[in-house]
Amino acid sequence: MLDKALTGSKLYWAWVLFLLVLVGIGTAAYIKQFNYGLGITGMSRDVSWGFYIAQFTFLVGVAASAVMLVIPYYLHNYKTFGRIVILGEFLAVSAVTMCILFIFVDMGQPMRIMNVVLHPRPNSVMFWDSLVLSGYLALNLLIGWANLHAEKMGVPHPSWTKPLTYLSVPWAVSIHTVTAFLYAGLPGRAFWLSAVMAARFLASAFAAGPALLLLLALLVRKITRFDAGKEAIQTLGKIVTYAMFVNVFLLGLEFFTAFYSHIPEHMASFKYLYMGLDGHNKLVPLMWTSSVLAVVSMSMLVFPQIRRKEKLLAVACVATFISLWIDKGFGLVIGGFIPSPMDHVTEYWPTGIELLITMGVYAAGILVLTVLYKVAISVKVANEYPAPLKGAVEEAH
Amino acid sequence: MYNGGKIIIGLAIFLGIATLPFFSNIGTAVKRPEPSLDTPVIKEVQAQLGRKDVCVEPKAFMQANHMRLLNEWRDSALRQNKRLYISSDGRKFTISLQNTCMHCHSNKKEFCDRCHNYMAVKPYCWDCHIAPKERGGQS
Amino acid sequence: MKIDRRQFFKVAGWGAAAGVTAMNVVGRFGSGGRAQAFESMETPETVKAKQFAMVVDMSKFKTKDDIQKVIYACHHTHNVPNWGNPKDEVKWIWTDTYKHVFPGQESPFLDEAFKEMPFLVMCNHCDHPACTRVCPTKATFKRPDGIVMMDYHRCIGCRFCMAACPFGARSFNWRDPRLALNMNDLNMEYPTRTKGVVEKCTFCDERIAQGKQPACVEAAPAGGLVFGDIDDPNSDVRKALARTYTIRRKPELGTGPNIYYVIGGGETNAG
Ligand code: HEC
Ligand code: HEC
Ligand code: HEC
Repeated sequence: MLDKALTGSKLYWAWVLFLLVLVGIGTAAYIKQFNYGLGITGMSRDVSWGFYIAQFTFLVGVAASAVMLVIPYYLHNYKTFGRIVILGEFLAVSAVTMCILFIFVDMGQPMRIMNVVLHPRPNSVMFWDSLVLSGYLALNLLIGWANLHAEKMGVPHPSWTKPLTYLSVPWAVSIHTVTAFLYAGLPGRAFWLSAVMAARFLASAFAAGPALLLLLALLVRKITRFDAGKEAIQTLGKIVTYAMFVNVFLLGLEFFTAFYSHIPEHMASFKYLYMGLDGHNKLVPLMWTSSVLAVVSMSMLVFPQIRRKEKLLAVACVATFISLWIDKGFGLVIGGFIPSPMDHVTEYWPTGIELLITMGVYAAGILVLTVLYKVAISVKVANEYPAPLKGAVEEAH
Repeated sequence: MYNGGKIIIGLAIFLGIATLPFFSNIGTAVKRPEPSLDTPVIKEVQAQLGRKDVCVEPKAFMQANHMRLLNEWRDSALRQNKRLYISSDGRKFTISLQNTCMHCHSNKKEFCDRCHNYMAVKPYCWDCHIAPKERGGQS
Repeated sequence: MKIDRRQFFKVAGWGAAAGVTAMNVVGRFGSGGRAQAFESMETPETVKAKQFAMVVDMSKFKTKDDIQKVIYACHHTHNVPNWGNPKDEVKWIWTDTYKHVFPGQESPFLDEAFKEMPFLVMCNHCDHPACTRVCPTKATFKRPDGIVMMDYHRCIGCRFCMAACPFGARSFNWRDPRLALNMNDLNMEYPTRTKGVVEKCTFCDERIAQGKQPACVEAAPAGGLVFGDIDDPNSDVRKALARTYTIRRKPELGTGPNIYYVIGGGETNAG
């Protein structure tokens, strides 16, 4: 089936080429980082994780969100999602690929990566995280590919994918729970030391992931003949709405506990993020942008009349996605390091090289996504349009 | 898979390029260099013990196994806090790369490096461990 | 299968004769299991303990120089680079004020001199270290004598331990440390590190194996830093603890730090 990714329109190839160039630039930047050391990033002794790990955390959520399609479709036989579920599964594959790349570029000694396998410590959440992530990657690739292949051949989905599909549901929850545990189990980081951390992670993931998927589905409809269906998009919109409200509710709980209890270390990071601390306020504008976008998105999503207009729904999803990306792909990780355990404020901002490497990883992920979507859509479109048209469709790509 | 042929040709070309460095090594082999044992400490120990083979283990063993021995030394010292090695002939050595091996083999360039260059291995130990040549000055 | 040393060498010698790579037959002498042939032991002079601990009495440090000597002793012994900027900074032992060493315990009415007083801080060699718990490769681990050890050879540089440590005791080599070391003034008996690994105080594990006290203790004014086995009621550490009131950093987190601070200087007559 992979051959479907090797035929396409000029536009398709231009896009692939463009992504390859970005990957190339990212690789060049990574070589620079490899030679200089991670000191080329904005990270420091006090803020020892930065943009890479934050992107990783955010993308685990995007990956986990595929489950919001899998549950209705496979568990509740919600046929409306029949056309879109593959987009969710392949989005998960692409997101996990990026997660792995982000971990890799964040390592001080990437050549020793096999040590995680050779000398594992089962107590370490990091160990489990690497296990569940690679498992999830395999599951989604396997299920998505096998089912798509069956569709291509015009036969029912192979029966062995059924149990794997069921397995993928708790597995999706596990990847994001374990990722939350990376943070929520550390004694000296009050900002992260919260029992609702995993729940918050899942809620924000189930808002940001489907929001992205919804936008992708609209995009796919625009540039190909594949239509995920109006109803599927509306249902996604509802999922985004509920998840976003739950997410903001959970964030509110954090605020309440920190500020009503008035325990200094529980308030400190929130203060830094939203008001600034000891005169340091680099992240304040970002965090308020996130908050404003959250309000905008929720006040649009909550009205069915607005949601039903796809253009407005798309705007709300863009707002949701950016809001959550700032909150989780930046504030949540950086905020945990400020102030430091010794109550110093050291600020963080990514450097140019760091951003180029990040861009390269995203480009690689989008490339994976493009190829997988190309295959999936080619198969689906070929099935849907009768033979004489088929050639024309292929042409159009 | 009507593109299969092209893919395979592409892969073959890629493999060819990727393995080029290995092929280019062919034919450059030179005579096996003799590692030099000419250091003051070795001479002193040899004189003391009245024999030539004073390395921690017999020469044939060292030639073939010194990297494994070093790995054992490393783990023994750092992970088990056992820093005294008992050699097969019953002598005791402090387990240390810098302070034991390189104390005798203080001519790293004419000893370790000569052999390694010939075999095209590049141990990364010296990223951290201080090589004797650096004693007294240049970085 | 057990191989005794004679057998082991027979295989080894035979392998060498056959041409080097056949040596893999002694795979047991490789990374995984330990060959029976390999024999090593603790040095007889090794200082022993169930849990090493230290008592820090800042009142014994009379001048800034007293403190600098201690920091220099540690950092020079272990070839710790001096970057001179907080971003790349690497440090094993350093000072900070009361407010930062004991956050949450400061009061607005602390006497001025005390407020500004520097406290020496370093790894706490906790009873239940958070750092070793999170390390995915066992590069950092707790030794039976209580030292929280670093195996620089195994560290992958993921920095999870830095996020986990509540005391800020760990440093990462953001750059090649040799660029910030005076290569003419190294301790030739101890390695440097390289970029991409985490490092910290290891209570001078290499000196303990030689029967010595940690370098900082040796360099400190008498009674300034007291080192020993906290499990032994007759140790210097226990005697120091019995004499006077001491506190630890963030004991409420349950990591069980093993650095004790004499507060208020001087000794009470309690003991
Ligand atoms: C007491 C001094 C001494 C110490 C300590 C010592 N060596 Fe040696 N080493 C020698 C001598 C002498 C020979 C030559 C032995 C012979 O000719 O039988 C030798 C031989 C060798 C050889 C084989 C060289 C060849 O000619 O093929 C290697 C490899 C080697 N040593 C590595 C090491 C390593 C690694 C260490 C530390 C674990 C070490 N040595 C410690 C003295 C020493
Ligand atoms: C007789 C030649 C010879 C001498 C002398 C020698 N080596 Fe080696 N060394 C080798 C060979 C060959 C290898 C590669 C073995 C392999 O790859 O299996 C090697 C590998 C190593 C490795 C492992 C490197 C890796 O990448 O796996 C280390 C560490 C090492 N040598 C240290 C030393 C030190 C230290 C000395 C000097 C004291 C030394 N060697 C002297 C031949 C030699
Ligand atoms: C990341 C830096 C680093 C690298 C790379 C490194 N070492 Fe080490 N090594 C150290 C440090 C630091 C110590 C001392 C630790 C201590 O005693 O607390 C050490 C200790 C050791 C010891 C035991 C004690 C001693 O004094 O020698 C051995 C043996 C050893 N290393 C072997 C090796 C070998 C062989 C290599 C290369 C294959 C290597 N090391 C590479 C940092 C490094």
